[in-house]
Amino acid sequence: MSASPDILAVALVGNPNTGKSTLFNALTGMRQRVGNYPGVTVARKSGTCDLGDGQKVELVDLPGLYSLAAASPDEQVVTDALAGKIEGERVPDVIVLVADATNLLRNLFLASQLAELERPVVLVLNQIDVARAQGLRIDPAQLSARLGGVPVVLASAWQGEGVPEVRLAIAEAARARRLLPRVEWPANIATALAELTRVVAADTGRPISAAEAQRLLFDTSPALPERLGWSAAQRDPVIRAAREQVRRSGFNPLAAEPLVHYARLRKALEGVVLEGAGKAGRTAAVDRLLLHRVIGPLLFAGIMLGLFAAVFWLAKFPMEWIQHGVDVIKGVVAPPLDAYPMLQSLLTDGIIGGVGAFLAFLPQILILFLFVGILEDSGYMARAAFIMDRLFSWCGLNGKSFVPMLSGFACAIPGLLSTRTIEDPKARLATAFVVPFMSCSARFPIYALMCAAFIGPLHGPGWESVVMVGMHCVGLLFAVPTAFVLTRYVLKVKPQPFVLELPRYQMPKPRDVLWRMWQNAAEFVSKAGTVIFAITIIVWALSYFPRDASVAARIKAANPTVAEEVVKAQVQAAYVEQSYMGRFGKAVQPVFDPLGFDWKITVGVLASFPAREVIVSTLGVTYSVGEGAKADSRHLRQAMQDAKWSEGPRAGRPIFSLAAVLSLMVFFALCSQCGPTIATLAQETGGWKWAAGSFVYMTALAWVVATLVYQGVSRIS
Amino acid sequence: MTPLSQLLPGQFGKLASLNPERAVDQRLMALGLLPGMALKLVRKAPLGDPLAIEFGGQVVSLRLAEAESLIVDVSADCPIQRPRRP
Repeated sequence: MSASPDILAVALVGNPNTGKSTLFNALTGMRQRVGNYPGVTVARKSGTCDLGDGQKVELVDLPGLYSLAAASPDEQVVTDALAGKIEGERVPDVIVLVADATNLLRNLFLASQLAELERPVVLVLNQIDVARAQGLRIDPAQLSARLGGVPVVLASAWQGEGVPEVRLAIAEAARARRLLPRVEWPANIATALAELTRVVAADTGRPISAAEAQRLLFDTSPALPERLGWSAAQRDPVIRAAREQVRRSGFNPLAAEPLVHYARLRKALEGVVLEGAGKAGRTAAVDRLLLHRVIGPLLFAGIMLGLFAAVFWLAKFPMEWIQHGVDVIKGVVAPPLDAYPMLQSLLTDGIIGGVGAFLAFLPQILILFLFVGILEDSGYMARAAFIMDRLFSWCGLNGKSFVPMLSGFACAIPGLLSTRTIEDPKARLATAFVVPFMSCSARFPIYALMCAAFIGPLHGPGWESVVMVGMHCVGLLFAVPTAFVLTRYVLKVKPQPFVLELPRYQMPKPRDVLWRMWQNAAEFVSKAGTVIFAITIIVWALSYFPRDASVAARIKAANPTVAEEVVKAQVQAAYVEQSYMGRFGKAVQPVFDPLGFDWKITVGVLASFPAREVIVSTLGVTYSVGEGAKADSRHLRQAMQDAKWSEGPRAGRPIFSLAAVLSLMVFFALCSQCGPTIATLAQETGGWKWAAGSFVYMTALAWVVATLVYQGVSRIS
Repeated sequence: MTPLSQLLPGQFGKLASLNPERAVDQRLMALGLLPGMALKLVRKAPLGDPLAIEFGGQVVSLRLAEAESLIVDVSADCPIQRPRRP
């Protein structure tokens, strides 16, 4: 809530699956901003909401949560944001609590905890249309009277019902400042809380709120005491004594909070919610089918196959249009610059080529986010996690790791962004670490080139498909043991239980889905786009300079009768060979010799570190068939088939033997060659440690496995 | 008295006790699963784990190993066969 202090700060809080985001979209319209909370990987969504009387407020949509017990990073952010403990965030003037009207008791548990914060509250009973259909009748006036007179609004954000009333209620809450009544703690608990408050203030010199005292007494998480600077040695005996005091009133200290709150809420809701005749809804019936022992997994496989097919084949058309558009633009821009070859190359190969290569990924990402949004909002995503959990739990991941990993087959970046749906920090980190192993679509061109040029012609189309499918599995093969070792031996974070609500099925609201797709895509463009752009320019410069005019003159003089096209390609190859990139490639070629790479492949591999799809066009240049080579280029295939070692023990033998072809593909399957992925990994894991670890691990693994493949296959064949 | 992990799909009962020391049980308590609450094992996932249980008008999934500490009284006189919201 960094906006100007003279407008009200309002926070939207509620359980997951209550339609909170739909209400947020309805209240703010398009005036939204998405950012990040400082130091954590929790997205911060805020927007401007008009209260109807011209007054504007700053509305923040906090992550959904069931309890203020801060176990996960999301929950921690909510607790901190509501307490005003986040730098640059204001304490909210009004809290809007969104509750699912069909399950008021559970939803009001959070309200009962929020009462301790002593902020004005608006209670929105959302999805009231569903509650009515189920035969529930809720008396808002009576509920308001039982809850200290705070405004209670019946709403259905999906239908747009009650949204204007929510605006009015926010204004009223800010004016009247009515508070939810706080729970009356049994005497022993009240004494324990007072004693805790006193000791913390004495030990740390900082007064704590009633809500914080409760978190210290009831929670086992060390997050709050650590932030208060209250050391384990100081706090352990104090907290133990306080819990002993609670035990004396007959409560288990770790169960006291829900017991007291729920007992109070049951009383408050008596006579407020009346059950009449109604339909139970179709969720249970749909689940009988979608979670059926046999049909369920089949439908799941079908849905995921459909998603995968859509991402791959549907995106092909816009991708081709973008590539075509890039070629057209290049054709227009290049000729007037013929007199300035450096500028021409920078503009066409560097800037336009780089932007185009990046934009070509956008259709895939948009389609992926669209489908993921539909699956999430419909309620199917939780079922997918339910079905898949067993397959992932043994290696320390959970059912929610599935979608990020599947997304990784299109592009690692949306995969990394979707790890945010995993609450357990340990599983989240491990999933993010293995997502880059998935065979993303940027790996496809090199597989296609190698299979079409060598596997197909030499071993037949059958083997071509086998190798193609096999290459897509190599990454997965190494990802699973990696996750196992990582979660079992490396990550010291305490795992969290996999408790997951299977919410009611719901028709996704197109506006919500499209809006989120747009926001995610915008985040992808701003994040990955700048990185890709910068590294494209750097790689361009390294392979362009130095550029001594005598090189071109010598080749032209030596080949007076050869066609201009061929000479041009030769000149280009000569320039790359003596460029910084070429010199560096020759110097480090011995490192890649055990993998069977000559200096030309080595240059291609080095140039591909920022973005692996560059390999095909780089090979096109180093093998003198000209730039702009595509995976289906006949000239490039021919040039590679003809390539032979010119010296050393392998002199005269083809460079691209079966061993070298397989080794090159395996190297690309495993190596960390994507700048934006590294940058996103750093952002999503909260630091460069894991990003650097991923780079070193994947690259070293790729080198070792490709060496084994080359040496092994060479011996056999 | 049966651990929830040993219930058969479709079986129901009342929660007799749980272990507040465990993180799973703390989560479930926050969702309203407290001693005395009627609950039903709706189904197991296709691979036998996790479980889906229904209580207080909601369906929640948890792992088999996490369900051990929840003790269910299946003989209890359960006024509601399909537990509904209170």
